[in-house]
Amino acid sequence: MALTRDDVLHIARLARIALDEAEVERFRAQLSGILDHFQALAAVDTEGVEPTAHPLPLANVMREDAVQPSLPRDEVLANAPLAEDGYFRVRAVLE
Amino acid sequence: MSELWRLTAHEAHEGLRRREFTSVELTQSVLERVAEVEPTVNAYITLTADLALEQAKEADAKLAAGAATPLTGIPVGVKDLIVTKGVRTTAGSKMLENFIPPYDSHVYENLRRAGAVMIGKCNMDEFAMGSSTEHSAYGPTRNPWNPALVPGGSSGGSAAAVAAGECLVSLGSDTGGSIRQPAALCGQVGLDPTYGRVSRYGIIAFGSSLDQVGPIGRDVEDVATMLDCIGGHDPRDSTTNPEPMPDLRHYLGRDIRGMRIGVPKEYFISGMEPGVAARIEEALGVLEGLGAIVDRDVSLPSTGHALAVYYIIAPSEASANLARYDGVKYGFSDRSAPSMWENMEQTRAKGFGNEVKRRIMLGTYALSAGYYDAYYLKAQKVRTLISREFAEAFARYDVLVTPTSPTVAFPIGAKVDDPFAMYLNDIYTLPASVAGLPAISVPCGFSEGLPVGMQIIGNFFDEGRILQVAHAYEQASGFKNQLAPLAAG
Repeated sequence: MALTRDDVLHIARLARIALDEAEVERFRAQLSGILDHFQALAAVDTEGVEPTAHPLPLANVMREDAVQPSLPRDEVLANAPLAEDGYFRVRAVLE
Repeated sequence: MSELWRLTAHEAHEGLRRREFTSVELTQSVLERVAEVEPTVNAYITLTADLALEQAKEADAKLAAGAATPLTGIPVGVKDLIVTKGVRTTAGSKMLENFIPPYDSHVYENLRRAGAVMIGKCNMDEFAMGSSTEHSAYGPTRNPWNPALVPGGSSGGSAAAVAAGECLVSLGSDTGGSIRQPAALCGQVGLDPTYGRVSRYGIIAFGSSLDQVGPIGRDVEDVATMLDCIGGHDPRDSTTNPEPMPDLRHYLGRDIRGMRIGVPKEYFISGMEPGVAARIEEALGVLEGLGAIVDRDVSLPSTGHALAVYYIIAPSEASANLARYDGVKYGFSDRSAPSMWENMEQTRAKGFGNEVKRRIMLGTYALSAGYYDAYYLKAQKVRTLISREFAEAFARYDVLVTPTSPTVAFPIGAKVDDPFAMYLNDIYTLPASVAGLPAISVPCGFSEGLPVGMQIIGNFFDEGRILQVAHAYEQASGFKNQLAPLAAG
């Protein structure tokens, strides 16, 4: 499964990771090599086999819809790179 | 007080109970050992010496009051993806270099309630992605048996700390082998509990359908004591088993006559070192000598597909879990560019290491439009086949026995630039992870002077049975309390 340079740039954009030129080529080669090893799965007969998302047969674990304390806002914001007036601060989303 | 750091947790508990020494003395002994060997081993990202001595004093008060548990006053190491309130928790990543958690994980709460003493936060592959602890932003951990070699990973710091005497027991986490493989390569006992046995509340997420916290110790009894402390239902993790934990100590010291042990032949493949194969065969002989019925002709035909299944599913889950590191809410942030999206892309470019980027991209690709069915959905279906084969095997066998790793510890740098060669280290631990089954690695001798591990896989929530077999084997073989012959320096 040979990925192209454009494939890698597309994946990196979806994952929001900036790559330099050397990284694009290195990841292109490495990811292509890894995907090659996955090709054997295509030959496995999975006709009528249900997918497993989770190893335990659990569904809809419920609890009472009761209000519970959350973490104090100032303690949470203490780890924020930039906070202002009790909010996280970011750069402009829209130009 | 001479070299108290050499004691197992249960030996130390006896000494504390009998007032032969205090937890403060025990903790000081461990901290002195840390000062001696840590420059070589690098098992810890953050040492918490002052906190440890404070906790040891509290433990001594508890002991004096007769309110001690088996872990009261025992020095432990805690993998650095287990969040600890007020103590920096990095997950081995530059992304979380300055992250001070505002709350405690369930497992650390339980350790503290039991009175354990935390020596520090153990080194690991970044976000638990790796099999050698070389992918840490805080430098590699070195194998205490030979510092030129890796300790395994991703819980390499947790395993090396136990092997080097830098704590008595530790917590690691296992997604595809990250407790069992480093335990094997460092000559220790490591237990990956059933998925759902231990709460993941406060565990920095990697692959959420696979992640599980578990103990590493110098013998089987210590590992059972640790699981007893951290396991059980927690309403804050809805995947935890609501059934009460069985009394694990009940299984220790019981004989294994008539126990049905299956040995799947797919695990004995080319690429396994002859020394590993020989030690496993000897160990099977010991189990037979104890009266177990060993069947070497078991087949789990989908075993070979577990590697691809795991390396599609785990990176897919990781790509979603690690989307939270955006430089906005906490962690590293690069604000050099003028727009939010550029900030985010630069934050992730500079905050994540190569292996993490590789896995995020692999997972992103497997989940992306046009490839989801061929990769992610296909992997989930083959996951079902792997689970079915295990279920059929456990109808006929009580436990399954395999090697833990195809090789002994390898040189630092040998595989770090070849991602697929690194992934092959996990080939024997991945199938049980994919199925969510409990598995333990116990030391079973040496090959060319380096420790070899045997893996015992059990059925869902049957940790008691694998501990029973592991303990019986350990008592018969004498492979326990294997401190690495590491000189101070």
